[in-house]
Amino acid sequence: MSFGVASAVPSITSETELRARLSGLSGVDAVGLEARCAKLATRSLKKATKLTAIDLAISMVDLTTLEGADTPERVRSLCAKALRPDPRDLTVPSVAAVCVYPDLVAHARTVLGDSSVAVASVATAFPSGRASMAVKLLDVADAVDAGAHEIDMVIDRGAFLSGRLGHVFEEIVAVKETCGAAHLKVILETGELVTYDNIRRASWLAMLAGADFIKTSTGKVSVNATPQAALVMLEAARDFAEATGQLVGVKVAGGVRTTKDALRYLVLVNETAGSAWLTPERFRFGASSLLNDLLMQRLKQRRGSYVRADEFSGD
Amino acid sequence: MCEQTSSVVTDLNGDGRSLSQLGSLEYDPAPESVAVAHVRPSYGLFIDGVFTEPSAHEQFVTLNPANEEVLATVARASSNDVDHAVRVARRAYENVWSKTSGAERAKYLFRIARLIQERARELAVIETLDNGKPIRESRDIDIPLAAAHFFYYAGWADKLGHAGFGPEPQPIGVAGQIIPWNFPLLMAAWKLAPALAAGNTCVLKPAETTSLSALVLAEILQQAELPPGVANIVTGDGATGSDLVDHPGVDKIAFTGSTEVGRGIQQRVASSHKRLTLELGGKGANIVFDDAPIDEMIEGIIDGIFFNQGHVCCAGSRLLVQETVADEVLRRLVRRMEQLRVGDPMDKNTDVGAINSAAQLARIEELTSYGESEGATRYTSSCTLPDKGYWFAPTVFANVAQSHRIARDEIFGPVLSVLTFRTPEEAVVKANNTNYGLACGVWSEKGSRALWVAQRLRAGVIWANTYNRFDPSSPFGGVRESGFGREGGRHGLEAYLNV
Repeated sequence: MSFGVASAVPSITSETELRARLSGLSGVDAVGLEARCAKLATRSLKKATKLTAIDLAISMVDLTTLEGADTPERVRSLCAKALRPDPRDLTVPSVAAVCVYPDLVAHARTVLGDSSVAVASVATAFPSGRASMAVKLLDVADAVDAGAHEIDMVIDRGAFLSGRLGHVFEEIVAVKETCGAAHLKVILETGELVTYDNIRRASWLAMLAGADFIKTSTGKVSVNATPQAALVMLEAARDFAEATGQLVGVKVAGGVRTTKDALRYLVLVNETAGSAWLTPERFRFGASSLLNDLLMQRLKQRRGSYVRADEFSGD
Repeated sequence: MCEQTSSVVTDLNGDGRSLSQLGSLEYDPAPESVAVAHVRPSYGLFIDGVFTEPSAHEQFVTLNPANEEVLATVARASSNDVDHAVRVARRAYENVWSKTSGAERAKYLFRIARLIQERARELAVIETLDNGKPIRESRDIDIPLAAAHFFYYAGWADKLGHAGFGPEPQPIGVAGQIIPWNFPLLMAAWKLAPALAAGNTCVLKPAETTSLSALVLAEILQQAELPPGVANIVTGDGATGSDLVDHPGVDKIAFTGSTEVGRGIQQRVASSHKRLTLELGGKGANIVFDDAPIDEMIEGIIDGIFFNQGHVCCAGSRLLVQETVADEVLRRLVRRMEQLRVGDPMDKNTDVGAINSAAQLARIEELTSYGESEGATRYTSSCTLPDKGYWFAPTVFANVAQSHRIARDEIFGPVLSVLTFRTPEEAVVKANNTNYGLACGVWSEKGSRALWVAQRLRAGVIWANTYNRFDPSSPFGGVRESGFGREGGRHGLEAYLNV
């Protein structure tokens, strides 16, 4: 029996090659996948494990504000929260990143400076992705120029669903090039891809095209991150690492609001992809209200009783 | 003995350093409370609606197989006790139950189902303590399914005329029911629910090592105010079972257990008026084609053989994998096996619990030893086993040949034999090359292939792209040396009706 692996991402030179590669992937059995998720959801994290997992989850949060009503002031207060989620307890880790629209990247950078908290920006005509390639690339360049460390792009779901896989691939390659040193997260918008087979194929497509992260959702459609979609993506990241040696991160976004949800995702990571993904380098939660619930549960674990929601700032 | 395997996603440098350790986030113990089981120091026989002392005053101990501690003492029913129970059941049949309307019988069955749900946590804990299975399984599978069987057959009780067995099918009389130790409460439900729904009265004998949940069920029968004598529970060993099989007052024997014992029962009832259904052993083939959904298929193989420590008559204990994907499947399978959490059955995160008894452990160890001596390649989980109790680490044998004993004998433990095939025809021939015929699995994304294979497999149950799925509405049972008769579904009524 061999545990040997290949050690490079295969170069894809044509749409035919890409299509062959993706259609060669194993199918996903929906019933089995959902049963696996349900079983893992019964894992019981107690005591020290729970505290470790809560701190890990806090360190994995991309604290996000993506509203039309966002202002520099709003971003400034969010950044303060990101740096010190609970200012009275400095053992609480900072979050991984603050995620904003491109025009607010500079404001975020002003507060965060060269701290450990990265600035992530959505781009490529987020959330729909319905713009020309030129516009999308300008959007990316704009965010990168303003100092974004990470770019969260959306794929062209229309192109994917109509079978123009080469187009989706080329867009990701071009965005990656425009990103330069910035890390690229590729949003699949799993709620619009609908089937697990599609999610698996889109995950591989994005990874083959050079994604540093694959991300479930924009948070702007009716179905956002689900444990099932995350499980398919974690399996894809694990198998991709095995085939190529490249470790691609996974980000779940939208609808993750409670500590219970977050811990269930960490169980999926733990039992599917393993330790290499149990780090903010390779797993993220795109969320806003999740952070306060994590802080609340953290304090509850330590004190033994719950505190009022107003104990924490409402950012 | 144990071959060490590393549960790593990949080893990039080839120097043995793991890149990603699966399950590296250690889970602190999350034990379910033992106290909720309310285990009593000793249990009597349940005859005529009350707990009674055995006539010979004999008791035996029942152990927690996870730590070998004594849980309680249980009454050993003598021949006299069995005779008493059968007479009581006969009287209840003649005077009460055969005159009770279907709607009225349903009422009791619905009550029993609801009471099982109400006392589900207690039942789950007592099942895990007595059997050694993980609390997750007794909580999420055994107990809910037991309740579901009572609910399901409660629904049939007043509709027997529409079950396809004639306008007014009649019950058989007194049923003697002998159940195994692998799913103690669930097997009791499989036996009692259809029998009572059809209008029979019962004498049930639980397995010697796992009597407790049946005795809690006896309390539930009392709570449900089931008329005395309609269902009786006599505890004991093989001798008690023999007494029940041989008793002339019994009209029907339903037995679930080993093929060896089942064969003996069939011989003994052959010259009597008794009807018989047998649900016996198996050596289920799980057939994997190269287009199977790989992640779910791996889970299905794992579930097929390691669910309930492999103490499952329909376990997928032979894996037949298409040669083109054999290496890939084996690699993933061993990696996944290594991840199984083996240990304290009361821990909510445990995947694989204790072997039910010292005798069963010895049998598993003996049969497994043939695997190596006959030339198969052994992979055993490197998990740490507890010092006390009966334990066997999950094991996979590769390079198994059809002629090996581990490919032919039912091990009834967490041991999988992996064989390969080249074509669908060969898969079918190999799958059918067994004396058993209880269950098989087929894994393929191609529906027509799955159906083609399923039609040619000689087994009572065929699962496609899943394994070990149970539902009260679905009939279950075997062919050939796996027995005859069906339990579950409309078919399950036939075993308890005079048709």
